Amino acid sequence: MAYLSVRDLSLGYDAHSIVEGLNFTVNAGDYLCIVGENGSGKSTLMKTLLRLQAPLSGEILIGDGLQNNEIGYLPQQTVVQKDFPASVREIVLSGCQGRCGLRPFYNKEEKKLAEENMDRMGIKDLANRCYRELSGGQQQRVLLARALCATRKILLLDEPVSGLDPMVTAEMYELIAELNKEGITIIMISHDIEAAVRYASHILHIGKKLFFGTRDEYLHSDAGKLFLMQQEGGEA
Amino acid sequence: MLETLATYLQYPFVRYALIVGVLIALCSSLLGVTLVLKRFSFIGDGLSHVAFGAIAVAAVLNLTNNMLLVLPVTVVSAVLLLRTGQNTKIKGDAAIAMISVGAMAFGYLLMNLFSTSPNLSGDVCSTLFGSTSILTLSRKNVLLCAVLSIVVVAAFILFYNKIFAVTFDEDFATATGTRAKAYNLLIAVIIAVIIVLAMNLVGSLLISALVIFPALSAMRLFKSFKSVTICSAILSVICAFAGVIISILAGTPVGSTIVAVDVAAFLVCLVAGKMK
Repeated sequence: MAYLSVRDLSLGYDAHSIVEGLNFTVNAGDYLCIVGENGSGKSTLMKTLLRLQAPLSGEILIGDGLQNNEIGYLPQQTVVQKDFPASVREIVLSGCQGRCGLRPFYNKEEKKLAEENMDRMGIKDLANRCYRELSGGQQQRVLLARALCATRKILLLDEPVSGLDPMVTAEMYELIAELNKEGITIIMISHDIEAAVRYASHILHIGKKLFFGTRDEYLHSDAGKLFLMQQEGGEA
Repeated sequence: MLETLATYLQYPFVRYALIVGVLIALCSSLLGVTLVLKRFSFIGDGLSHVAFGAIAVAAVLNLTNNMLLVLPVTVVSAVLLLRTGQNTKIKGDAAIAMISVGAMAFGYLLMNLFSTSPNLSGDVCSTLFGSTSILTLSRKNVLLCAVLSIVVVAAFILFYNKIFAVTFDEDFATATGTRAKAYNLLIAVIIAVIIVLAMNLVGSLLISALVIFPALSAMRLFKSFKSVTICSAILSVICAFAGVIISILAGTPVGSTIVAVDVAAFLVCLVAGKMK
């Protein structure tokens, strides 16, 4: 059984559907990229996978020993966070909150986990800095470290490189690929089709045409060819 | 001046006012940071107007203990208001404005129509500005206030990490298995309790000031959530203490004096923050 199996999923708001008949599976170790035009329902899909929003119809099955609270999430930044007074350590530690249940304070193990993940993301020297004073790339590393505190298995990333400059973007992609090699399953929403075909093992294209398959299959599919052509045309 | 103060402090009502003032200031500042960050600065205003409406109803019904009506009504309103944050037709700020203005008008209307007291405008004024009621506290009021304050502070400390997680990123908290909705509910209930408490001190119009000024001042100076929270609690307590003392010595209204001190503290923090 796969980590996630999505069957006949329809998504949307207030009974108005955006996407219909979505089927795909995510297995342990996969790197799935979700691509598609603006407004095609990528973020809605992400929210539905995270159970922040109910699907209009269809079902999402979780399996292979994955628990509901073992999903790490890297959201797009909100306005609130931009002037939030919080230190990096406080934010990373809050990723452990899901493990606490009703226990009011973090234990030693969780504090250690937070330190380890800050180390892993190369932000240990920023631990006492204020989050809002960091650069965009550093902020993403903080949020990634927080997500890693919540999971050892699967990460959902919503546009992790939006607003970052090209160098930092490349670093971020390398970092994510590294995590994938260490055995963490990745599901990422991206505008960046080029990066998607470079790093991902599987691609889900949503929009007028739906496509799900491995990267190679995508490159040879109609949807993929069309999208790649548009991208090239757009950039030229 | 110190002698005058010493003379005043011999009266129990002055000591009561100081104790209650400090306790309320402490409680209201704790959640201020969360409210400001969640863009709910005006919830104090909205809820206190609801409480004002409820007090009017209690007065008309001739309830001896109006807390029995005011507290539940305010708690329910707080829950409804904080719930509108996400996906509703009427957004947070509009919902607060609606409930606040509506409840206040309704309350004044009721007081006007069914008033039993000869001094209506005096009653309304003291409910809105809390003018002298803090100086007329009984021992029982002080005890009730102390117990509720302890409950509020204890709840805040116990749920501090959860409140942080839910405030910083509700979606992430929910997705990773924190029951964000339950904690939002808890925050709403705590706020309602604080506001009903604070009405005694500054009256319904000035409660927002007690909630947001210490938080905003602390945010100028400190950079982690913990230090901001601690600083805003300390600032708030100091300002309330100073405010009560000044108002006794200078004969000014207690509520407005405390808020004036809060504003002054904010200005000092603003300048200090800029100079850093």
